[in-house]
Amino acid sequence: MNSIIMSLENVTFTYAPEDESVRPAVADLSFTIEEGEWIALVGHNGSGKSTIAKLMNGLLFPNSGKVTAMGKPMSEETLWDIRSQMGMVFQNPDNQFVGATVQDDVAFALENNGVPHEEMVVRVKESLRQVKMEDYMDQEPHHLSGGQKQRVAIAGALALRPRLLILDEATSMLDPQGRMEVIETIRELRKATGLTVISITHDLEEAALADRLIVMNQGHKQLEGSPEQVFRSGSELIKLGLDLPFAMRMTHLLRKEGVDIKGEHMTEDELVDELWTSYSKM
Amino acid sequence: MDILLQDVGYSYAKDTPFEKRALHHVNLHIPSGSYTAIIGHTGSGKSTVLQHLNALLKPTEGTVMIGERKIEEGTKAKNLRDIRRQVGIVFQFPEQQLFDETVLKDIMFGPLNYGVPEEEASRRARELVQQLGLPEDVLEKSPFDLSGGQMRRVAIAGVLAMEPDVLVLDEPTAGLDPRGRREIMDLFYRLHVEKGLTTVLVTHSMEDAARYADQIAIMHGGKCVVTGDPVTIFSNEEQLHDYRLEPPRSVRLQRQFEEKMGIKLDAISLTEEALAKNIAQALQKGRDAE
Ligand SMILES: Nc1ncnc2c1ncn2[C@@H]1O[C@H](COP(=O)(O)OP(=O)(O)OP(=O)(O)O)[C@@H](O)[C@H]1O
Ligand SMILES: Nc1ncnc2c1ncn2[C@@H]1O[C@H](COP(=O)(O)OP(=O)(O)OP(=O)(O)O)[C@@H](O)[C@H]1O
Ligand SMILES: [Mg+2]
Ligand SMILES: [Mg+2]
Repeated sequence: MNSIIMSLENVTFTYAPEDESVRPAVADLSFTIEEGEWIALVGHNGSGKSTIAKLMNGLLFPNSGKVTAMGKPMSEETLWDIRSQMGMVFQNPDNQFVGATVQDDVAFALENNGVPHEEMVVRVKESLRQVKMEDYMDQEPHHLSGGQKQRVAIAGALALRPRLLILDEATSMLDPQGRMEVIETIRELRKATGLTVISITHDLEEAALADRLIVMNQGHKQLEGSPEQVFRSGSELIKLGLDLPFAMRMTHLLRKEGVDIKGEHMTEDELVDELWTSYSKM
Repeated sequence: MDILLQDVGYSYAKDTPFEKRALHHVNLHIPSGSYTAIIGHTGSGKSTVLQHLNALLKPTEGTVMIGERKIEEGTKAKNLRDIRRQVGIVFQFPEQQLFDETVLKDIMFGPLNYGVPEEEASRRARELVQQLGLPEDVLEKSPFDLSGGQMRRVAIAGVLAMEPDVLVLDEPTAGLDPRGRREIMDLFYRLHVEKGLTTVLVTHSMEDAARYADQIAIMHGGKCVVTGDPVTIFSNEEQLHDYRLEPPRSVRLQRQFEEKMGIKLDAISLTEEALAKNIAQALQKGRDAE
C-alpha cells in the first residue's frame, strides 16, 4: 500500500465570495493521490484546474472543505514545510521568475529551503542540464524565448528534488521533440526517485501516458479513471470540450470511410496491427 | 499586403554587454493573401521574426518591406501607426497584450485608438467574445481575473477587433482546450478566406501547419533555412529531422501503415481525414484485386 500524498475533501473555492451569481471555480471537489502516481488533470478552459493547483500548494485556501498534503492538513503553519517538498510550474513562466539570471532564479527556492551553497551549485547545474538550458545560466530569464522560459521554470522545480511535482501546462510552448524529452526526463526521475506527478494538460496524448485522469467540468469533477476508462467515454469527452487521442480519432475516421475495425485503439501500434491482421491476407 | 524580409539580422540589446544575436540574414517573402506557417524548435527565432512584421522590432541589419513601407534600423516610430493598424499580432503570452481594467475596454481599445466609433467598437467586442466561446459575464471582469485559456481568447479578440489586413499569430492555441483550438483555428481560416487576409502562423503543431498553410518556412538557429509548400516540406523527412522537427501525426501513421502492410499510398496525407480516405482507398483496391 502506498501512502496518500495529497487529498482534497469536499473542497469549494470561489474568487468572489461576496457575489452569489459567480459560480465557484472549484465546487465540492474530492480526490486522493498516492505517492508515486502520475495524474493528468484535464478539462475545458476555466474548468478550475489552475485553481486546484493553487489550492494544492497553499496559494489559495478553500472556502470550505479540507486539503491534506504530505500527511499534514494545509494551514498557515504547515504551508512552508509542505511547499519545500513540492515543485510547481505555473502556466505562465513569467509570473514565476524572481532571479536576475537563469541560475539565480533556479537557485532561489533552494536558498529558501536552506540547501547548502555547494550542493546548490551542483543542483542548479544538474537541473539546467536536464532541460538543456545549461548554456543560458547567465541570461536574464525574462529575455528568453517562450519555450526556453518554460524549460527554466521546469528546471527550477526539478532542482528542489521534490516529492510532488505539479505542472500547469508546463510544456505548452515546447516543440514536439522538446516536449517528449521533458516528459521522458520526468518519467526517468519518477522511476529513480518515486516522484509523484500531477500534470495539468490539454495534450491528450500526454494525458494518455498518465496512470489516472481526473476530468474537470465547470469546477466539478466529471470523470476519473485510467486513460482507457476515461477515453472509452468518447462522445461525452467531446461534449466537455475535450477530444480523443489521435489513434482513437483515426479509428473513428477509418470506420466512417467503411474500414472494418473492431477495437477501440489507444495507440497507433495497436491500430496498425489490427489493420494488418484483417487486411494483410489480401 | 506583401511583406518581404531582405537579409534581415537582429541583435537584442545591441551595442551593450548583453547583446544577443537572434537572427542572421533572414530572407522571407510573405505574399499578399497567403497563409504562411513558420515552424522551428525552441529558440530558433520565430517570435523575433514575427515582431518584425509590424515593426515592433526594427532590423539591426537588412530591410523589411511591409507593403510599400520600408523598415530599417533607425526608421522613425511616428510613421508606423498605419502599419500597426494593418498588421495585428497575437503574442505568444496573452499577458503581454492585456492591460485594461475590463475585458470590454481591453477589446475596444484598439478600434477606438484608430478612430472606430464607440458603438461600433462595442458591437465588435460583444460579437467577438461570443465567437471566441467566452462566457458573456466576462465583459465586465478584469482580463487578469481569468483562466489562462480565457485570457488567450480575450487577447485574440483584441487583435481581431482591429480588423487587420495581416493577421500574425504566435502560438495562438497554446493553452486552449481541444474544442477551442479547433474552433479558433477554423475561425482564423474562415477570416483568412472570407476577408482575403494575409495570415502568418507560428506553431509547434505540425498538424495545424499542414492543415492550414499554403507556405511553410523553417527557422533554425536564427536563419530561415527552407521555405516551400506543405507537401514538399512534410515529404522530406530527412530535412525535417536535420532541423529537429517531424512530420504531422497523420504522415507518421501513414509511414507506419505503409511499412507494416508493404504498400505505398498514392499521396501524402496532410490531415487525419485525408489519411483515413487514403487508407480506405488502398484497402478497397486490395480487396478488389483479390
Ligand atoms: N484571479 C481570478 N479572479 C477571479 N476569477 C478567476 C481568477 N482566476 C480564475 N478565475 C475564474 O475561475 C474559473 C476557473 O479558472 P482556472 O484558472 O482554475 O481554470 P483552468 O481550468 O485552469 O482553465 P485554463 O485551461 O483556461 O487554464 C474560471 O471561470 C475563471 O474565469
Ligand atoms: N528579449 C530578449 N533579449 C535577449 N535575447 C532574447 C530575447 N528574446 C529572445 N531572445 C533570444 O533570441 C533567440 C530567439 O528567440 P525567439 O523568441 O525568437 O525564439 P522562438 O523561435 O520564438 O522560440 P520558442 O518556440 O521557444 O518561442 C533565443 O536564443 C532567445 O534566447
Ligand atoms: Mg489554467
Ligand atoms: Mg516564440
